[in-house]
Amino acid sequence: MDDPLVIAGEKFASRLIMGTGGAPSMDVLDRALSASGTEITTVAMRRVAPGSGHSVLDLLAGRGIRVLPNTAGCHTAADAVRTAELAREALGTRWLKLEVIADERTLLPDPVELLDAADLLVARGFTVLPYTSDDPVLARRLEQAGCAAVMPLGAPIGSGLGVRNPHNIELIVEEAGVPVILDAGIGTASDAAIAMELGCDAVLLATSVTRARDPEQMAGAMRHAVSAGRMARLAGRVPARRYASASSPPASGEPQSG
Amino acid sequence: MNVVVNGRAFELADGATAAVAVQVLTSAPSGVAVAVNGEVVRRSAWDSTPLADGDQVEVLTAVQGG
Repeated sequence: MDDPLVIAGEKFASRLIMGTGGAPSMDVLDRALSASGTEITTVAMRRVAPGSGHSVLDLLAGRGIRVLPNTAGCHTAADAVRTAELAREALGTRWLKLEVIADERTLLPDPVELLDAADLLVARGFTVLPYTSDDPVLARRLEQAGCAAVMPLGAPIGSGLGVRNPHNIELIVEEAGVPVILDAGIGTASDAAIAMELGCDAVLLATSVTRARDPEQMAGAMRHAVSAGRMARLAGRVPARRYASASSPPASGEPQSG
Repeated sequence: MNVVVNGRAFELADGATAAVAVQVLTSAPSGVAVAVNGEVVRRSAWDSTPLADGDQVEVLTAVQGG
Protein backbone atom coordinates (compact mmCIF):
# COMPACT_ATOMS: atom_id res chain seq x y z
CA MET A 1 0.00 0.00 0.00
CA ASP A 2 1.55 3.30 -1.10
CA ASP A 3 -0.75 5.66 0.76
CA PRO A 4 -2.75 3.69 3.31
CA LEU A 5 -5.53 5.01 5.49
CA VAL A 6 -4.48 4.24 9.06
CA ILE A 7 -7.13 4.04 11.77
CA ALA A 8 -6.13 2.92 15.26
CA GLY A 9 -2.96 1.38 13.86
CA GLU A 10 -4.73 -0.63 11.16
CA LYS A 11 -4.05 0.04 7.50
CA PHE A 12 -6.54 0.17 4.65
CA ALA A 13 -5.85 0.65 0.94
CA SER A 14 -9.32 2.08 0.28
CA ARG A 15 -10.33 5.50 1.57
CA LEU A 16 -14.00 4.89 0.85
CA ILE A 17 -16.10 3.51 3.68
CA MET A 18 -19.54 2.30 2.66
CA GLY A 19 -22.76 2.11 4.59
CA THR A 20 -25.19 -0.65 3.72
CA GLY A 21 -28.49 1.15 4.35
CA GLY A 22 -30.97 1.73 1.56
CA ALA A 23 -29.93 -0.92 -0.95
CA PRO A 24 -32.92 -2.43 -2.76
CA SER A 25 -31.58 -5.99 -2.42
CA MET A 26 -28.65 -7.99 -1.08
CA ASP A 27 -27.58 -8.73 -4.62
CA VAL A 28 -27.44 -5.04 -5.56
CA LEU A 29 -25.61 -4.29 -2.32
CA ASP A 30 -23.09 -7.02 -2.98
CA ARG A 31 -22.27 -5.69 -6.44
CA ALA A 32 -22.08 -2.10 -5.19
CA LEU A 33 -19.70 -3.06 -2.38
CA SER A 34 -17.51 -4.89 -4.83
CA ALA A 35 -17.44 -1.95 -7.25
CA SER A 36 -16.67 0.50 -4.42
CA GLY A 37 -13.52 -1.33 -3.36
CA THR A 38 -14.42 -0.59 0.26
CA GLU A 39 -12.72 -2.49 3.08
CA ILE A 40 -14.90 -1.17 5.92
CA THR A 41 -18.69 -1.19 5.92
CA THR A 42 -21.20 -0.04 8.51
CA VAL A 43 -24.18 -2.01 9.78
CA ALA A 44 -26.93 -1.19 12.28
CA MET A 45 -28.06 -3.28 15.25
CA ARG A 46 -31.72 -4.26 15.30
CA ARG A 47 -33.99 -6.91 16.76
CA VAL A 48 -33.75 -10.35 15.18
CA ALA A 49 -36.90 -10.96 13.16
CA PRO A 50 -38.36 -14.45 13.55
CA GLY A 51 -37.17 -16.71 10.76
CA SER A 52 -34.88 -14.03 9.29
CA GLY A 53 -32.89 -15.22 6.36
CA HIS A 54 -29.71 -14.21 4.54
CA SER A 55 -27.77 -11.75 6.64
CA VAL A 56 -25.73 -8.76 5.61
CA LEU A 57 -23.00 -10.26 7.80
CA ASP A 58 -22.72 -13.32 5.54
CA LEU A 59 -22.29 -11.01 2.57
CA LEU A 60 -19.55 -8.95 4.25
CA ALA A 61 -17.75 -12.03 5.55
CA GLY A 62 -17.79 -13.47 2.03
CA ARG A 63 -16.04 -10.36 0.71
CA GLY A 64 -13.61 -10.04 3.61
CA ILE A 65 -14.96 -6.58 4.49
CA ARG A 66 -14.53 -5.32 8.06
CA VAL A 67 -17.84 -4.76 9.84
CA LEU A 68 -18.27 -1.41 11.57
CA PRO A 69 -21.41 -1.47 13.72
CA ASN A 70 -23.14 1.84 14.35
CA THR A 71 -25.40 3.13 17.09
CA ALA A 72 -27.97 4.57 14.68
CA GLY A 73 -31.25 5.37 16.38
CA CYS A 74 -29.68 6.16 19.76
CA HIS A 75 -30.63 9.50 21.32
CA THR A 76 -28.69 9.40 24.59
CA ALA A 77 -25.25 8.36 25.77
CA ALA A 78 -26.85 5.54 27.79
CA ASP A 79 -28.64 4.22 24.67
CA ALA A 80 -25.42 4.34 22.71
CA VAL A 81 -23.41 2.48 25.34
CA ARG A 82 -26.04 -0.26 25.53
CA THR A 83 -26.14 -0.67 21.76
CA ALA A 84 -22.34 -0.61 21.58
CA GLU A 85 -22.04 -3.40 24.14
CA LEU A 86 -24.55 -5.51 22.19
CA ALA A 87 -22.70 -4.83 18.94
CA ARG A 88 -19.37 -5.84 20.46
CA GLU A 89 -20.91 -9.04 21.79
CA ALA A 90 -22.74 -9.88 18.55
CA LEU A 91 -19.99 -9.04 16.09
CA GLY A 92 -16.82 -9.55 18.08
CA THR A 93 -15.40 -6.13 17.22
CA ARG A 94 -14.40 -3.23 19.45
CA TRP A 95 -14.75 -0.80 16.56
CA LEU A 96 -17.81 1.40 16.64
CA LYS A 97 -19.34 4.15 14.58
CA LEU A 98 -20.83 6.26 17.34
CA GLU A 99 -24.04 8.07 16.42
CA VAL A 100 -26.12 9.95 18.95
CA ILE A 101 -28.92 11.72 17.16
CA ALA A 102 -30.77 14.80 18.44
CA ASP A 103 -34.02 14.49 16.52
CA GLU A 104 -35.56 12.62 13.62
CA ARG A 105 -36.19 15.64 11.42
CA THR A 106 -32.55 16.70 11.05
CA LEU A 107 -30.75 13.56 12.30
CA LEU A 108 -28.06 15.96 13.50
CA PRO A 109 -25.73 14.75 16.26
CA ASP A 110 -26.53 15.76 19.84
CA PRO A 111 -23.12 17.16 20.79
CA VAL A 112 -23.54 16.89 24.55
CA GLU A 113 -24.69 13.28 24.53
CA LEU A 114 -22.14 12.43 21.83
CA LEU A 115 -19.18 13.62 23.88
CA ASP A 116 -20.52 11.87 26.99
CA ALA A 117 -20.91 8.64 25.04
CA ALA A 118 -17.42 8.95 23.57
CA ASP A 119 -15.91 9.30 27.05
CA LEU A 120 -17.82 6.28 28.35
CA LEU A 121 -17.05 4.07 25.36
CA VAL A 122 -13.34 4.88 25.22
CA ALA A 123 -13.17 3.96 28.93
CA ARG A 124 -14.84 0.64 28.10
CA GLY A 125 -12.19 -0.17 25.51
CA PHE A 126 -14.03 0.65 22.30
CA THR A 127 -12.32 2.06 19.22
CA VAL A 128 -14.69 4.97 18.73
CA LEU A 129 -15.35 6.65 15.37
CA PRO A 130 -17.88 9.38 16.13
CA TYR A 131 -20.30 10.86 13.62
CA THR A 132 -20.19 14.54 14.55
CA SER A 133 -21.31 17.93 13.38
CA ASP A 134 -18.82 20.04 11.42
CA ASP A 135 -17.79 21.95 14.55
CA PRO A 136 -13.99 22.15 14.88
CA VAL A 137 -14.20 22.58 18.65
CA LEU A 138 -16.34 19.49 19.12
CA ALA A 139 -14.00 17.54 16.83
CA ARG A 140 -11.10 18.59 19.03
CA ARG A 141 -12.96 17.53 22.16
CA LEU A 142 -13.78 14.14 20.65
CA GLU A 143 -10.14 13.59 19.76
CA GLN A 144 -9.11 14.59 23.28
CA ALA A 145 -11.62 12.05 24.60
CA GLY A 146 -9.63 9.35 22.84
CA CYS A 147 -11.63 8.78 19.66
CA ALA A 148 -9.74 6.96 16.90
CA ALA A 149 -11.08 9.28 14.19
CA VAL A 150 -13.54 12.14 13.83
CA MET A 151 -16.33 11.93 11.28
CA PRO A 152 -17.85 15.34 10.58
CA LEU A 153 -20.94 15.56 8.41
CA GLY A 154 -20.85 17.29 5.05
CA ALA A 155 -24.62 17.80 5.26
CA PRO A 156 -27.51 16.01 7.01
CA ILE A 157 -27.74 12.23 6.61
CA GLY A 158 -29.38 11.23 3.35
CA SER A 159 -29.69 14.83 2.13
CA GLY A 160 -27.20 14.58 -0.73
CA LEU A 161 -26.39 18.27 -0.25
CA GLY A 162 -22.64 17.77 -0.42
CA VAL A 163 -20.08 19.57 1.75
CA ARG A 164 -22.02 22.61 3.00
CA ASN A 165 -19.29 24.13 5.12
CA PRO A 166 -15.94 23.44 3.51
CA HIS A 167 -14.30 26.09 5.69
CA ASN A 168 -15.14 24.18 8.87
CA ILE A 169 -14.02 20.88 7.35
CA GLU A 170 -10.66 22.52 6.54
CA LEU A 171 -10.37 23.80 10.10
CA ILE A 172 -11.04 20.31 11.46
CA VAL A 173 -8.47 18.81 9.08
CA GLU A 174 -5.81 21.40 9.99
CA GLU A 175 -5.99 20.57 13.65
CA ALA A 176 -6.82 16.87 13.79
CA GLY A 177 -4.24 14.35 14.91
CA VAL A 178 -6.56 11.45 14.05
CA PRO A 179 -8.12 10.64 10.67
CA VAL A 180 -10.93 12.91 9.52
CA ILE A 181 -13.65 10.98 7.72
CA LEU A 182 -16.32 13.00 5.93
CA ASP A 183 -19.53 11.26 6.92
CA ALA A 184 -22.99 12.04 5.54
CA GLY A 185 -24.30 14.43 2.93
CA ILE A 186 -22.48 13.13 -0.13
CA GLY A 187 -24.79 13.32 -3.16
CA THR A 188 -22.58 12.50 -6.08
CA ALA A 189 -19.00 11.81 -7.05
CA SER A 190 -17.83 15.44 -7.12
CA ASP A 191 -18.90 15.85 -3.47
CA ALA A 192 -16.64 12.96 -2.46
CA ALA A 193 -13.77 14.42 -4.47
CA ILE A 194 -14.24 17.82 -2.80
CA ALA A 195 -14.14 16.22 0.66
CA MET A 196 -10.84 14.57 -0.16
CA GLU A 197 -9.44 17.74 -1.76
CA LEU A 198 -10.22 19.56 1.49
CA GLY A 199 -7.89 17.11 3.20
CA CYS A 200 -10.23 14.52 4.64
CA ASP A 201 -8.57 11.14 5.07
CA ALA A 202 -11.60 9.16 3.93
CA VAL A 203 -15.26 9.44 2.99
CA LEU A 204 -18.15 7.45 4.45
CA LEU A 205 -21.31 7.28 2.35
CA ALA A 206 -24.32 5.07 1.79
CA THR A 207 -27.41 6.73 0.36
CA SER A 208 -25.68 8.29 -2.64
CA VAL A 209 -24.75 4.79 -3.80
CA THR A 210 -27.51 2.56 -2.50
CA ARG A 211 -30.33 4.82 -3.73
CA ALA A 212 -28.69 5.81 -7.02
CA ARG A 213 -30.46 4.62 -10.15
CA ASP A 214 -27.50 2.29 -10.72
CA PRO A 215 -25.81 1.62 -7.36
CA GLU A 216 -23.01 -0.49 -8.82
CA GLN A 217 -22.01 2.20 -11.29
CA MET A 218 -22.24 4.96 -8.67
CA ALA A 219 -20.08 2.87 -6.31
CA GLY A 220 -17.42 2.76 -9.00
CA ALA A 221 -17.77 6.51 -9.50
CA MET A 222 -17.27 7.10 -5.77
CA ARG A 223 -14.22 4.88 -5.72
CA HIS A 224 -12.60 6.93 -8.47
CA ALA A 225 -13.75 10.25 -6.97
CA VAL A 226 -12.22 9.48 -3.59
CA SER A 227 -9.02 8.36 -5.23
CA ALA A 228 -8.92 11.42 -7.52
CA GLY A 229 -9.61 13.81 -4.66
CA ARG A 230 -6.86 12.23 -2.59
CA MET A 231 -4.36 12.50 -5.44
CA ALA A 232 -5.30 16.14 -6.03
CA ARG A 233 -4.84 16.89 -2.34
CA LEU A 234 -1.41 15.30 -2.32
CA ALA A 235 -0.45 16.98 -5.60
CA GLY A 236 -1.33 20.46 -4.32
CA ARG A 237 -3.77 22.57 -6.28
CA VAL A 238 -2.82 25.89 -7.87
CA PRO A 239 -4.09 28.98 -6.10
CA ALA A 240 -7.42 30.28 -7.36
CA ARG A 241 -7.04 33.74 -8.95
CA ARG A 242 -9.40 36.43 -10.14
CA TYR A 243 -7.83 37.07 -13.53
CA ALA A 244 -6.26 35.06 -16.30
CA SER A 245 -2.73 33.77 -16.24
CA ALA A 246 -1.57 32.69 -19.70
CA SER A 247 -0.56 29.08 -19.98
CA SER A 248 1.15 29.56 -23.35
CA PRO A 249 4.23 31.74 -23.88
CA PRO A 250 3.43 35.28 -25.13
CA ALA A 251 3.08 35.67 -28.93
CA SER A 252 5.91 38.14 -29.37
CA GLY A 253 8.45 38.55 -32.22
CA GLU A 254 8.79 36.43 -35.31
CA PRO A 255 6.88 33.22 -35.79
CA GLN A 256 9.23 30.28 -35.49
CA SER A 257 10.43 29.04 -38.85
CA GLY A 258 9.95 25.40 -39.44
CA MET B 1 -43.58 -18.45 32.77
CA ASN B 2 -44.16 -15.47 30.52
CA VAL B 3 -41.27 -13.49 29.10
CA VAL B 4 -41.15 -10.76 26.49
CA VAL B 5 -38.71 -11.39 23.65
CA ASN B 6 -38.16 -8.51 21.25
CA GLY B 7 -41.43 -6.98 22.32
CA ARG B 8 -43.55 -10.13 21.90
CA ALA B 9 -44.92 -12.23 24.75
CA PHE B 10 -43.82 -15.87 24.87
CA GLU B 11 -44.69 -18.63 27.31
CA LEU B 12 -41.57 -20.62 28.12
CA ALA B 13 -41.02 -23.58 30.40
CA ASP B 14 -39.93 -22.75 33.92
CA GLY B 15 -36.15 -22.69 34.10
CA ALA B 16 -35.78 -21.73 30.44
CA THR B 17 -32.51 -19.97 29.77
CA ALA B 18 -31.44 -17.06 27.61
CA ALA B 19 -30.44 -19.64 24.98
CA VAL B 20 -34.07 -20.79 24.78
CA ALA B 21 -35.24 -17.23 24.22
CA VAL B 22 -32.83 -16.94 21.29
CA GLN B 23 -34.09 -20.23 19.84
CA VAL B 24 -37.67 -18.99 19.67
CA LEU B 25 -36.45 -16.42 17.13
CA THR B 26 -33.63 -18.01 15.22
CA SER B 27 -31.84 -21.30 14.85
CA ALA B 28 -28.69 -19.63 13.50
CA PRO B 29 -27.50 -17.36 16.29
CA SER B 30 -24.15 -16.29 14.87
CA GLY B 31 -23.81 -12.52 14.93
CA VAL B 32 -26.48 -12.25 17.62
CA ALA B 33 -26.34 -10.58 21.03
CA VAL B 34 -28.73 -10.89 23.96
CA ALA B 35 -29.70 -8.50 26.75
CA VAL B 36 -31.94 -9.50 29.63
CA ASN B 37 -33.58 -6.56 31.36
CA GLY B 38 -31.05 -4.26 29.72
CA GLU B 39 -27.95 -6.22 30.74
CA VAL B 40 -25.86 -7.92 28.06
CA VAL B 41 -25.56 -11.68 28.56
CA ARG B 42 -22.35 -13.04 27.03
CA ARG B 43 -22.82 -15.83 24.54
CA SER B 44 -20.83 -18.19 26.79
CA ALA B 45 -23.42 -17.58 29.53
CA TRP B 46 -26.62 -18.08 27.50
CA ASP B 47 -27.02 -21.71 28.62
CA SER B 48 -26.41 -20.90 32.26
CA THR B 49 -28.58 -17.79 32.55
CA PRO B 50 -32.10 -18.74 33.67
CA LEU B 51 -34.93 -16.38 32.83
CA ALA B 52 -37.58 -15.29 35.31
CA ASP B 53 -41.25 -14.54 34.85
CA GLY B 54 -41.67 -11.06 33.35
CA ASP B 55 -38.13 -10.78 32.01
CA GLN B 56 -37.59 -8.51 29.04
CA VAL B 57 -35.24 -10.11 26.53
CA GLU B 58 -33.74 -8.31 23.56
CA VAL B 59 -32.11 -10.35 20.80
CA LEU B 60 -30.23 -8.19 18.32
CA THR B 61 -28.23 -8.71 15.18
CA ALA B 62 -26.63 -6.63 12.43
CA VAL B 63 -28.84 -5.34 9.63
CA GLN B 64 -28.23 -3.05 6.69
CA GLY B 65 -27.71 0.50 7.87
CA GLY B 66 -25.52 3.53 8.24
